[in-house]
Amino acid sequence: MTELTKRAPFRIRVEPRLSEMPAWYPALISFGALVVALILGGVLITLAGGDALLSYQHIAKASFGDTGVLSDTIVKATPIILAALACSVAFRMKLWNIGAEGQFIMGAFGASAIVLTPVLPAETSRWIFIPVMMLAGMAAGAAWGFIPGFLKAKFNVNEIISSLMLNYVAVAWVNFWIFGVWTEGGFQMSPKFPDGASLPRLLEYSKTFPALRGLTTHLGLLIGIVAAVILWLIIFRSRWGYEIRLIGDNPRAAQYAGINITNNIIYVMALSGALAGLGGMSEIAGVVHRLQTAPIAAGYGFTGIIVAWLAKLNPLAIIFVSILFGALILAGREIQPSGVPKMIQGIILVCLIASDFLLRYRIVISRGEE
Amino acid sequence: MDFTIILQAGIASGTVLLFATIGELFCERAGVLNLGVEGMMLIGAMSAFSVTIATGNPWLGVLAAMLFAGLISQIHAFIVITLQADQVVSGLSLTFLGAGISLVLGEGLSKAGTVSLLPNFSIPLLDMIPILGKIFFTDQSILVYIGYLLVPLSWYYINYTRPGLHLRAIGEYPSAADALGINVFRMRYFYVFVGGMLAGLAGATISLAVSPGWFSELTTGGQGWIAIGLVIFAQWDPFRAAIGSYAFGALRRLILDIQGPTLLLGFANPFYYNPYLGFFLQMLPYLFTVAVLVIGSREAIRKRIGAPAALGVPYVRGERGK
Repeated sequence: MTELTKRAPFRIRVEPRLSEMPAWYPALISFGALVVALILGGVLITLAGGDALLSYQHIAKASFGDTGVLSDTIVKATPIILAALACSVAFRMKLWNIGAEGQFIMGAFGASAIVLTPVLPAETSRWIFIPVMMLAGMAAGAAWGFIPGFLKAKFNVNEIISSLMLNYVAVAWVNFWIFGVWTEGGFQMSPKFPDGASLPRLLEYSKTFPALRGLTTHLGLLIGIVAAVILWLIIFRSRWGYEIRLIGDNPRAAQYAGINITNNIIYVMALSGALAGLGGMSEIAGVVHRLQTAPIAAGYGFTGIIVAWLAKLNPLAIIFVSILFGALILAGREIQPSGVPKMIQGIILVCLIASDFLLRYRIVISRGEE
Repeated sequence: MDFTIILQAGIASGTVLLFATIGELFCERAGVLNLGVEGMMLIGAMSAFSVTIATGNPWLGVLAAMLFAGLISQIHAFIVITLQADQVVSGLSLTFLGAGISLVLGEGLSKAGTVSLLPNFSIPLLDMIPILGKIFFTDQSILVYIGYLLVPLSWYYINYTRPGLHLRAIGEYPSAADALGINVFRMRYFYVFVGGMLAGLAGATISLAVSPGWFSELTTGGQGWIAIGLVIFAQWDPFRAAIGSYAFGALRRLILDIQGPTLLLGFANPFYYNPYLGFFLQMLPYLFTVAVLVIGSREAIRKRIGAPAALGVPYVRGERGK
């Protein structure tokens, strides 16, 4: 012990946390990390020559100010919910699927193929179009998730890099179709979808309920919530979910218990891809209404990673965290400099990971000398 | 289409991957996985370009790139070495952070004018060697020549010097290294910093030499991730890293150049007559990375060589085991 610590009025020690912590504690830590991140982000915005307080005020007003913008926020949150659910189920098994972006894009492609090939004629009823497009989107996303899962299971190929590489392949693939095959007049987009191939929006019911006028929230939100509830049931109430959690927490114990890890890697990656693909379908049928690269490859898959982590991989918490991030993205479009939302997302993730330390260790402050 | 020109340009573009791959290789040899290469490269490319514009001196730009990328890598070092957090998630967050910060600070930089670039020159005598001289030693950027030196030096450092022995020890068996009096924590911080500096140098190589300028996230276009894949292909050996990097560089050039001529090997060039096929060419580097990973992983299983034993595992003093 040095002289300095002997004379200090108190000592700070870090020791492993052995006792159970109260249920609200992790949520409090996450919230604290969020606040610290916003403060740090503010400092950086100020350094870059912006006005931090104004930026944050703007984000709050532009995303929660009235029912109209709140509805837009929810529209932005919808694809994030599904992408984050996709990430959460893979992360739960410590499978680092960071290809949700590509699986999302392929889901949008699969759903669009139903309309543009066309598999179904343009005058098909909405209630046939929507389920078929959902299935096609999920199948395309699942196929895109299956590839890294299969390579991981059979050849021990690092899924982080393979799934990420497939993101770039998915973008090039969609670009080929919208430039080369389904282009509308040489532009980088397909023709607009028929009305039947779109998800119903709240504003369509404004004749009966005038309060709904102008609200763009679409059926995708409901799809996302239902998917979250189903995923919660799978993870916490089913035998398969128990296997997934056990493999994630302790793969050796899972192996001794006779759980087939190889197959589960493939199943979980495919499920993860299917959820992301469903997100792509919801975005294309609910918002974009045509196949186009920029609004689909807008980084929802990457935001999903952060949201899943912030929600501590809990499917129900993901819904609420997604709405926060939907707000950030919606308002962020008008903020200068334009990289701000991305930077704040990065800072939030860094703070969150750092804050996990407080869940595993306690900081003990004791008085005087031992 | 002249293949020596493609290979010559491929060496230059492969130098970007080479710096990033060697940097990550040092970091992983020390037992720390840093997935933030892409973010650190963006920080490097942005700061190299902006400092060069501000000062007119590209060498200051290179220095700034290495310094800033090195500094930002220390966030990852703190989170995974001191706070013992998951290295995968922390590295991912570094990618987001690096991309975000470089977008904010690089705002408007894409419209900035031209910069004075690093010098290109030929090596006398060596450039007279038939074919190889043209490819390797004629009119290359000085950074390319630095890359040539880096490979054997890294190899010698890792395998035949005392600090290199310590480096391998902290990556394979940190508690034994600790018992021998090596400061595992400090050394890991140091090698994460080295990895960050080299990633920054890779970024500077893009924005000051290979394709000068700042094009936001398109500047790196996923090369940081390809570098991480190449480390696995290289099996943590600098010479294999060089082969992989230059091969990828040549592939990137080939994709750009193959769409030009009307004739290809005496046949009508399908990439010229149907430009939409170009999208499939764009997929190639990424598909090749996956293929290279499959090859590397299978070989690692067969030869029973693998990643440094303690890769991805935080070192906690006094805990049993590794």
